[in-house]
Amino acid sequence: MRNPFRSEADAFRFVWVTIGYFALIVVASLINEWLGVAVFIVLTGVVIWWLFHSAERETPVKQAPAASPADEHRILVVANETVGGPELRSEIQERAGGRRTRVLVVCPALNSPLRHWASDEDDARHAAQERLDRSLESMRAAGIDAEGQIGDGDPLQAIEDAIRTFRPDELIISTHPPGRSHWLERGVVDGARERYEIRLTHVVVDLDADADH
Amino acid sequence: MTSAAEAHEHHGPPPIHYSSRVSPSVLGMYLFIASEIMLFGSFFTVYFFDRVVNNGVNGVWPPPPYHRPVYVAAINTLILVTSSASMHWADTSAKKGNRAGMKAGLVLTVCLGFTFLFTQVIEYHRLGFNTSDTSFAATFFGLTGLHGAHVFVGLTILLCMTIRAFRGHFSPEHHHGIEIGGIYWHFVDVMWIVVFVTVYLL
Repeated sequence: MRNPFRSEADAFRFVWVTIGYFALIVVASLINEWLGVAVFIVLTGVVIWWLFHSAERETPVKQAPAASPADEHRILVVANETVGGPELRSEIQERAGGRRTRVLVVCPALNSPLRHWASDEDDARHAAQERLDRSLESMRAAGIDAEGQIGDGDPLQAIEDAIRTFRPDELIISTHPPGRSHWLERGVVDGARERYEIRLTHVVVDLDADADH
Repeated sequence: MTSAAEAHEHHGPPPIHYSSRVSPSVLGMYLFIASEIMLFGSFFTVYFFDRVVNNGVNGVWPPPPYHRPVYVAAINTLILVTSSASMHWADTSAKKGNRAGMKAGLVLTVCLGFTFLFTQVIEYHRLGFNTSDTSFAATFFGLTGLHGAHVFVGLTILLCMTIRAFRGHFSPEHHHGIEIGGIYWHFVDVMWIVVFVTVYLL
């Protein structure tokens, strides 16, 4: 939702919107009381719709993470079901490029909206932890020394939290192929590109094709 | 789970967390305005409750022999809306580096704010009823008085902004003081429009 008091100019505009809103209600009420009530309901609905939908057009403020230590290259990997995919492992190895590299894998604890609002996150965190443990094991077997943590249920929030604490040099987001990826549908990769001034690599992991091989 | 051992690397206070993508001072103003909306909301609830109960008894609002000074309040509304425009002029001038416009806008806003308060005090004197007379009188003074107190606070902020402007503060790059004060002043204006329509007109 867009805050109508975001800036002085926005607040001044809101003053005029308020005047227009109440002027219409008062005029309608003077004609007929019930017409006033009807105008009030319709206008309130329009205002609420506008407040919630105007925010969608806004481009978020782009943020750059704080610098990491000079002698170390840091890679933040965000993945969920594809966290153990071979494409992701090879991409991490390629990005590391023989440098002293520290890798943090974040696995968002994806949850249903109902469970999220009920703060029932135990199962989601448990499932994410299992996926993370398996993938860390396979990464270590491939020679990648990675750390891991469970992230927020919202992938973009999980990225943001990890950027604050880990201060990565680059970000890798791993998803299913287009058409099968819920994250791509939700615009997680595009959202991350919009929000962060950081090198971002999108890795597509096709688990079905990998299983066939 | 292996946690990232960052705590050992960083000394001093942690970096400011901007995850809401709003600066802390603006966020503070949002929270303040949210609390104000709740405060006004409680006063409006009392007013509407009183109105519904008393309207049911005699079908007339306000209950006789009271009447609301609609014309004086309408002129006061005009004064306050004009002050919002002058506040916007001051803020826009500050952003453009027009110091004369910024000062003139602030002085005009302060003058209009004082005129509003002065007119309201005169209105109170000539109303012919007092806070202890009936529930209508109590809620009327409660709502308009609460708003008047906010205008007084807004005027104090505006005076500080004006003094700072005349002492050479604020520039196109640094005008946060005017921005925040302006948001508050417009909020006071919006609340008056709600009070005017609900208490005086409807």
